[in-house]
Amino acid sequence: MQSYYDPKDLPRFSEIGKDAPELAKKFFEYYGAVMAEGELTVREKSLIALAVAHAVQCPYCIDAYAKECLEQGSNTAEMTEAVHVAAAIRGGASLVHGLQMRNAADKLSL
Amino acid sequence: MTLEPRDCLMQEARSALCPSTCVGFAQTLARHGLRLEREQTHTLQINTGLLCNQACRHCHLEAGPKRTEIMDRETMDQVADYAERGGFQSADVTGGAPEMVPEIDHLLTRLAEAVPRVMLRSNLTAIRDSAREHLGLLCRDLKIVLVCSLPATHASQTDAQRGGGVMDASVRTLQWLNTLGYGQSGTGLELNLVSNPAGAFMPPDQGRTEERFRRDLQRKWGIVFNNLYTFANVPLGRFRTWLEASGNYEQYMTRLTETFNPEAVAGLMCRSLVSVDWKGDLHDCDFHLAKAIPLDGTRRHVATMSGPPLPGTPIATAEYCYACTAGAGFT
Repeated sequence: MQSYYDPKDLPRFSEIGKDAPELAKKFFEYYGAVMAEGELTVREKSLIALAVAHAVQCPYCIDAYAKECLEQGSNTAEMTEAVHVAAAIRGGASLVHGLQMRNAADKLSL
Repeated sequence: MTLEPRDCLMQEARSALCPSTCVGFAQTLARHGLRLEREQTHTLQINTGLLCNQACRHCHLEAGPKRTEIMDRETMDQVADYAERGGFQSADVTGGAPEMVPEIDHLLTRLAEAVPRVMLRSNLTAIRDSAREHLGLLCRDLKIVLVCSLPATHASQTDAQRGGGVMDASVRTLQWLNTLGYGQSGTGLELNLVSNPAGAFMPPDQGRTEERFRRDLQRKWGIVFNNLYTFANVPLGRFRTWLEASGNYEQYMTRLTETFNPEAVAGLMCRSLVSVDWKGDLHDCDFHLAKAIPLDGTRRHVATMSGPPLPGTPIATAEYCYACTAGAGFT
C-alpha cells in the first residue's frame, strides 16, 4: 500500500547523510549530545521527546520514543500524561490566539 | 559518524539493518575471543518445581497453577546434602512458587544449616496465602534472604505481566515483610527486588531504577527494601510464545544481539552457579534447565556429585544466552 509514512524508512534515517555527509554528521552529533544525560536525566528527556513527537506528529519519533521511554523505566501512565502535556500546550496555543481574534474583532466592531 | 548510545532514532536504524540475529551466541563469543566456562562455582540454585499461583506472561518455565512438577522430600535431602558436601556459599531457591511446595519448610531449614546464605525467590503473592503465612516467620528466623519479583511501581505494568490484582497484593506483602523486619536497617533481614520489563523491550538502568523504586515505594506505600536488580526477559517459554504471536520476536532478538556486551561475559551467573531441577538433575542455569540441557552435556544427579563442577568446565550456549549479555548483563 502506498503511504507517505513507511516504518521501513525509519531504519534508513542515516541515509539522510547522502550528498550532505558533513551536515548529517553535525546533526547526529548534536542530537546525541542533546539526548545524553545532563541537567535532565535521559528518562526525563525521553518523556519530553515523546511529548514533542506528538506535538509535531512524527510517527517515526513516536515509535522510537515510546520504546525508549519504556526502556528508561517509564510506564504508560507517565507516557500518557506526557502526551496530555503536548495536547494541553497545543490546545492552549490555539486558544490563546483567540485573544488576537478578539482584538481584531473588537477593533472592527462598534 | 559517531553515534551516541541514546540516539534512539539511530538505534532503531541499526536494529533493523543489523544482521546479527543470524549470528549464533557461540560465534559471537568466538568473534570477541571469549570462551564461556566455569570459574569457582559457589552458588547452588534450586528449582523446586513449576507449580505457581501466578502464570506470568514472561515466564521462561511456563510455571502455573496447573503444573504438577514439584520437588519431593527425598530429593530435598539429596540437594541439601550436596549443598553441604560441595561447600557452596549460597543456595538460591526458586520455582514456580517455592512457597507452594509442600515440604518447603524442610528444605529451607536444611539449607540454612548447610550453607551460609540462603535466598528464597518469592512472587509476593504465594507467601502471603493464608496457609503459608508461617513461611515468612520461618524465613525471618532462619535469616533467609528474600528476592521478590516486582516489575514496576505502577499497577498497569505489574498486573499486565503477572496477572490482575498482583500489584495490590504485592504491596500488602511487602508492607507485611517490612513489619517482620525485612528491608529494615539493622535487622540483617535482606529484602531484594527483581524487575523484569513488562514487554519486548530492554530493562532500564539498574541504579537509576533502584532509586526510582525506593522513592516511589516509600512515598506511595511506606515500603523499604535493600537492593533492586533489573534483568532482561529471556526469550523462552511463555515469553517466547508471546514474542512470536505479537510479531516482536525478530526485533527483540535483534535488540538483544546488538546490545551484546563482551565485558558482561566475565560476570555471568552461569560461571559461578549451578542449577538443580526438582528431580535433582543439574544444569548450567535455570534457562538451560527450562530447555532440559544438562550440565556438561550429560545427565548428572546431585546424589552422584562429589562437589561443584570444576573450574574450566565448558558451559553450553544457546540463542537465548544473549539475554544475559545484553547491556550490563544478567549476574
